[in-house]
Amino acid sequence: MTSPSAGEERRTVEGLLRSIRAESAEVGRNLTFMEVCGTHTHSVGKAGLRRLLPPGVRLVSGPGCPVCVTPVGFLDRAVALSRLPGTVVATFGDLMRVPSSTTSLERAQAEGASVRVVYSPRDVVALARERPDLRVIFLSVGFETTTPTIAGALAEAEADGIDNFMVLAGNKIIPPAMEVLVRDEELSLDGFLLPGHVSVITGWHAFRFLASEHGLPGVVVGFQPIDILHGLLELIRQQRASERNVVNLYGRVVSAEGNQAAQELVERMFTTATTAWRGFGEIPASGLVVRPEWSHRDAARIEVDMPEPKEPVGCRCGDVLRGIIDPPECPIFGSSCTPDDPVGACMVSSEGTCAAWYRHEGLETFQ
Amino acid sequence: MSRTPPRLLLAHGAGGRLTRELVTGTFLAALDNPLLATLTDAAVLPALPAGRPALTTDGFVVDPPIFPGGDLGYLSVCGTVNDLAMVGARPLWLTWSLILEEGVDGDLIDACVDGAARACAEAGVAVVAGDTKVVPRGKGDRIFAVTAGLGVVPPGRHVNDDRIVPGDLIVASGPLGDHGATIMACRHAMAGSGLHSDCAPVNGAVEALLEAGIEVHSLHDPTRGGTLTVCHEVAERSGHSILLHEADLPVRPEVRAVCELLGLEALGQACEGRVLAWIPATDAERAVALFDQHTPGGGAAVIGRVDARSGRRPSVLLETVIGGRRPVDLPSGSEQPRIC
Amino acid sequence: MCLAIPMVLTERTELEGVVELDGVRRTVSLMLLPDAEVGDHLLIHAGFAIGSVDADEAAKTLEILREFADNMEAL
Repeated sequence: MTSPSAGEERRTVEGLLRSIRAESAEVGRNLTFMEVCGTHTHSVGKAGLRRLLPPGVRLVSGPGCPVCVTPVGFLDRAVALSRLPGTVVATFGDLMRVPSSTTSLERAQAEGASVRVVYSPRDVVALARERPDLRVIFLSVGFETTTPTIAGALAEAEADGIDNFMVLAGNKIIPPAMEVLVRDEELSLDGFLLPGHVSVITGWHAFRFLASEHGLPGVVVGFQPIDILHGLLELIRQQRASERNVVNLYGRVVSAEGNQAAQELVERMFTTATTAWRGFGEIPASGLVVRPEWSHRDAARIEVDMPEPKEPVGCRCGDVLRGIIDPPECPIFGSSCTPDDPVGACMVSSEGTCAAWYRHEGLETFQ
Repeated sequence: MSRTPPRLLLAHGAGGRLTRELVTGTFLAALDNPLLATLTDAAVLPALPAGRPALTTDGFVVDPPIFPGGDLGYLSVCGTVNDLAMVGARPLWLTWSLILEEGVDGDLIDACVDGAARACAEAGVAVVAGDTKVVPRGKGDRIFAVTAGLGVVPPGRHVNDDRIVPGDLIVASGPLGDHGATIMACRHAMAGSGLHSDCAPVNGAVEALLEAGIEVHSLHDPTRGGTLTVCHEVAERSGHSILLHEADLPVRPEVRAVCELLGLEALGQACEGRVLAWIPATDAERAVALFDQHTPGGGAAVIGRVDARSGRRPSVLLETVIGGRRPVDLPSGSEQPRIC
Repeated sequence: MCLAIPMVLTERTELEGVVELDGVRRTVSLMLLPDAEVGDHLLIHAGFAIGSVDADEAAKTLEILREFADNMEAL
């Protein structure tokens, strides 16, 4: 499978940018598009894409980083669980430095709590298998791309009788949050770049509601700079042509209906519930909880002492996540909140909007 | 050849007979040289060659202690030798201290000692003093090494960030990130025949560079924190900005694959056998050719240049493959693999 | 939020497979993609294969994007 050479990629980018400039000039007004995928946020930053767009085209980041939308209470519970005797908490690296109300998993680990970073939920099942003497709890966060992998781990544990494997479920579903964004009067969006790998699981038809119910165009795109630019061009073109469709530009991996096996596995292990999102409050049917028949694997049932959840002072992660403000408009961005010393979740995760902005859009060091 | 008893006991560090057996049977057997063989309290060295003495120290903890392309012993000698080479010193003598965990596998110790001996031979240096301590089980992660290295900077040589000027080019001696990516791959159940550490002594390459009359302004080995960290430190110290060219960065496909899989930044991965050299533009091509001769597999390249700073503080920027330009920030905290 | 990369399936058992990219190999679960065949290009996320790459679609996309490059060449 060939991909473009570096020179070809560069020319393609230049060609796409040229078309973007031409089309957006024809539209004749400013356009704002939103991406809702942290990996898109990261890719845009890494490629230095924002600066290449014409002034009339603005790309904002939405709540695409599952770590960033995880409410502080989840972290408080995770830290508390990690301090219980005979318990080890396993997590994706992304969560280690996220501030809880009083500390973080990283700091708790330094103080003696049992925390283990893993790349795959399967590693956690393997750990539980190796250590029947320990209760092994996986901090389950992620959107539709990741949830099936945790469902898979749960299914594996059930099949092999690994009773000491549990999950603390914090997984979320993107479309309900998009519904909230679309209805938000402070925002006025002209379309969405849709998450390519979420769509691999859900199928791109899952996003048609944007056009059919809200009259907004949407494009499913991959993560290379040319994919993103191609998607932006299509959104601008639709605006110019007064079209309102959801289109799939990531056909090489995304189908209409998605991965049925994955969807079924998620359905088997989880059910939807009203869930709190940082910055949004509670959104109905937007989160996943472990089904009652697997309650023996649900770590939310474990009694722990937790502090009163406390959102960090001055932090405007919520507004950043809703795309209302860009990170530099947050009063503590770059001053008391930096990647080294993060106050809010948006600054911790490498694809959190604030971290991506700080790292790649730059502060005073960038001319 | 298994010289060391299969399991280390606390008694091996107690200073008595078992310690003596460990020192002579394991360490001296591999690292043998007249200075070390005296086994006295301190090595009395011959007079130093002309020039200014250079001294460095390092600690080595690596998990796993044996990895594709090296081991903790080999790494510890290379790291020390390379630190000296970075200031233009010719490395001469090393001290080598081990802190061992009770119960550690004797084969592991042998492998590390042999690795150290091999690195000494390759670099042309000698370990002249050493020490061993054994800590109780659970108080140390198998094996830690601490070194000191002594060398001499020949008269007339000044390799330092204060020589860097705008217009200088940055030359990498070979592909970047091999060591860091290999270690991360080991920790996350990834394998590949092309995946191995770049760990090696670079003093030979550096001497060749300097002896060829190439004007070398500054040298740094991108170890912990990788090329990114070095560039930030150099920008701060020199007061000049750096522009890196993403399209020119030599990164091997295997390293790229590991970084993509784990969500890591290739530029932030450590190298343990590479040099970044700040060289006037006129000499850069010669430097690349010379490094190619000294790096197994070649792959040296000009990766960026030094610019005068425009703001209050110098910046480190990356010109991306697609023509964008963005700041490159220092990684925060220990880098973890990510799924997002 | 979804770091997933394409790798080739080189061998498989009922539930697991070995995937490879540029010489780097890893064992992954095929629980979410039970019909994957050796030789397929699979999208790997968090130790699982979550989807496969359609070579025809990939070629089509490449063609479309190539036109943008060609337009620049023609300038």
